[in-house]
Amino acid sequence: MTMIDSGTQATPAEIKQSVAELEDEAITIIREVAAECRNPVLLFSGGKDSAVLLHLAAKAFRPGSLPFPVMHVDTGHNFEEVITYRDMLVEQYGVKLIVASVQESIDSGRAVEETGPRPSRNRLQSVTLLDAIAEHKFDAAFGGGRRDEDKARAKERILSFRDHFGQWEPRAQRPEPWNMLNAKIRPGEHLRAFPLSNWTELDIWRYIGIENVALPSIYFSHRRTVVERNGMLLSVGGPVVLEAGETPFEETVRYRTVGDASCTGAVRSTASNVDEVLVEVAAARITERGATRADDNFSDSAMEDRKREGYF
Amino acid sequence: MVLRIATAGSVDDGKSTLIGRLLHDTKTVFEDQLSAVEKASTRYGDGSLNLALLTDGLRAEREQGITIDVAYRYFATPKRTFVVADTPGHAQYTRNMVTGASASDVAIVLVDARNGLTEQTRRHLFVASLLGVKLVILAVNKMDLVDFDEATYHRIVAEATAHADALPAPVVLNPLPISALLGDNVVDASTNMPWFKGLPLLDLLETIEVPGDHNVGARLAVQWVIRPYSTEHHDYRGFAGRLTGGSLAIGDLIRVLPGGQQSTVIGIDRGGVPQDTAQPGEAISVQLADDIDIGRGDVLVAAVASEAPIVTDRIIADISWMVDKPLETGSRWIIKHQTRTAKAFVSAIELRHDVATATHSPAESLGLNDLGRVHLNVSVPLVIDNYDRHRPGGAAVLIDEATGMTCAALMIRDSE
Ligand SMILES: Nc1nc2c(ncn2[C@@H]2O[C@H](COP(=O)(O)OP(=O)(O)O)[C@@H](O)[C@H]2O)c(=O)[nH]1
Ligand SMILES: [Mg+2]
Repeated sequence: MTMIDSGTQATPAEIKQSVAELEDEAITIIREVAAECRNPVLLFSGGKDSAVLLHLAAKAFRPGSLPFPVMHVDTGHNFEEVITYRDMLVEQYGVKLIVASVQESIDSGRAVEETGPRPSRNRLQSVTLLDAIAEHKFDAAFGGGRRDEDKARAKERILSFRDHFGQWEPRAQRPEPWNMLNAKIRPGEHLRAFPLSNWTELDIWRYIGIENVALPSIYFSHRRTVVERNGMLLSVGGPVVLEAGETPFEETVRYRTVGDASCTGAVRSTASNVDEVLVEVAAARITERGATRADDNFSDSAMEDRKREGYF
Repeated sequence: MVLRIATAGSVDDGKSTLIGRLLHDTKTVFEDQLSAVEKASTRYGDGSLNLALLTDGLRAEREQGITIDVAYRYFATPKRTFVVADTPGHAQYTRNMVTGASASDVAIVLVDARNGLTEQTRRHLFVASLLGVKLVILAVNKMDLVDFDEATYHRIVAEATAHADALPAPVVLNPLPISALLGDNVVDASTNMPWFKGLPLLDLLETIEVPGDHNVGARLAVQWVIRPYSTEHHDYRGFAGRLTGGSLAIGDLIRVLPGGQQSTVIGIDRGGVPQDTAQPGEAISVQLADDIDIGRGDVLVAAVASEAPIVTDRIIADISWMVDKPLETGSRWIIKHQTRTAKAFVSAIELRHDVATATHSPAESLGLNDLGRVHLNVSVPLVIDNYDRHRPGGAAVLIDEATGMTCAALMIRDSE
């Protein structure tokens, strides 16, 4: 394919090479964690980062099959297209899927739905995730987190140690000289592993283009009925209920991230394929989380606070 | 190629401000990040834009105005892509400096022009030497506070050069005068220092040549054995790992260490795609002609390697000690070297490096942030290289069995 890419003036060969190096690093991390940990799991949200992560994990063990299951922490606030896509991938890769449901955590009283007019389940995911990790006795969970996403993530190690409460303690992180991974844990503790730590949003899209990684359709432009809230375009229907004075309208949009549908915003876009998205990403002046996640904009340390509580 | 950069220097020398300035002036900062920093500058400071807050992302860092942990940032110019590790300057976070420097091509060591070299500067130059950081840039910062004085700059450069020359492995310094706060010689050449004829920092970073790695011959530490057990790939056995040291091709003769068996490469896959050759850095899996018992931790080595590794259970290594609990003669640890995990016994502490004077003295134990040299007995033979010749074969970490904490970085120099 032709790479239209205004992020740098790198040639297609150079782009291929730099993405291939990131792939080598990620595959090395995935193999290392699989070898050192007894019972790892790959967290799969249906978003582009977890799509790339699953693609890499499958490549790491080819022609063998994936030696660990995949888990979806299901907020119940889904985009229909993402669930369809998830089930298609599970079929295609022949992986074992575990669904950990936030709704079940709420029904059983483990988690309490946020009150107020616009409950998001982003925060509640931590409860469901930690319960599922304990239930299945997972000792490591692969996530698609990238250091360029957020200033707290920029501080996190490739292997992120979590205590009995799933908490991240930024002051007590294990040094990783030469990216050597120490996966030693005690019973009850677990690790989060981030093979995409050193990827940027641009790298992810370049990789998706080069490797033809399938994505949910909502990443590309489509017509959608939306409502504008705090400068963000939210899809009407499902968890987003119209409030007094709000007028829904049709818009040509796409999503830059996929999360809880109640707080994940769409961006106006006509980019209908990877090349066009790449042009947009290279020209973007706002981070993907800033543009599309209402919850991260609440406070300066929203991500750090959630991570300390056990978030991805 | 990506250039990996780590900052170093004392606390408040301006490391975070410099990185913020680089990100800002290369237009890498997104609008929402900038407005968040503006807001935070008002909350935590006097309201003028504090670029350090671009990398000081933790709440405690913003409240205290310091860097606690390494932050990784990414930026690209039309000429190169960069990964920057902004490291903390406090002595208590030296382990993070070691971590940041270990994976870097370039270290930017900052000095406050008003203070000259401090113990931390000397320590960081020492760390750069011990870790074999290939390029060191000495950035004399805050030139605006010394009236952009040329003599001050030259005095500091001379002092630093004298120290760098005296290090165990001498370090070549690339010096330049900057003001991270005002941007002089960061992205744009300074108009305040016409006496300086060198390149501004960004131009230097864009054009600097990183010396290549030594070719010691192919090495592959086995991470995982791929055995599909499917009817289609019934006999497939792929030894998966990251190739280092040199290239590998189908038909190459290899030796399996520490066992010593020989075989021939009959297949190479990268991400499941067959290829005829592989280059250092590639994550591959290798199939061999013979049915040999090979597992995780074993190392495949080119049989005609230009430099053969050493198989030994007694190693001598420089060490950076990273935890409160001291390292003592006779203590036991877990060692992780390549993909092998084993037990290690400290048979001797040879010396402690004195980072300020670049000399050393005898030591009974090593404490937090000490740098020294130790002798270890390992419970199984390791396949080692001298760290300076082949980094992956010469790097290791020690882990505390009781806490699981990573306690030390080791640079292996020799066998006993
Ligand atoms: N006048 C002046 N102040 C600077 C310069 N660079 C940094 N500073 C200030 O020095 C202080 C410490 O900077 P910071 O980047 O946090 O230092 P770090 O501890 O090395 O990361 C801050 O108040 C900066 O604004 C400079 O070039 N000139
Ligand atoms: Mg700092």
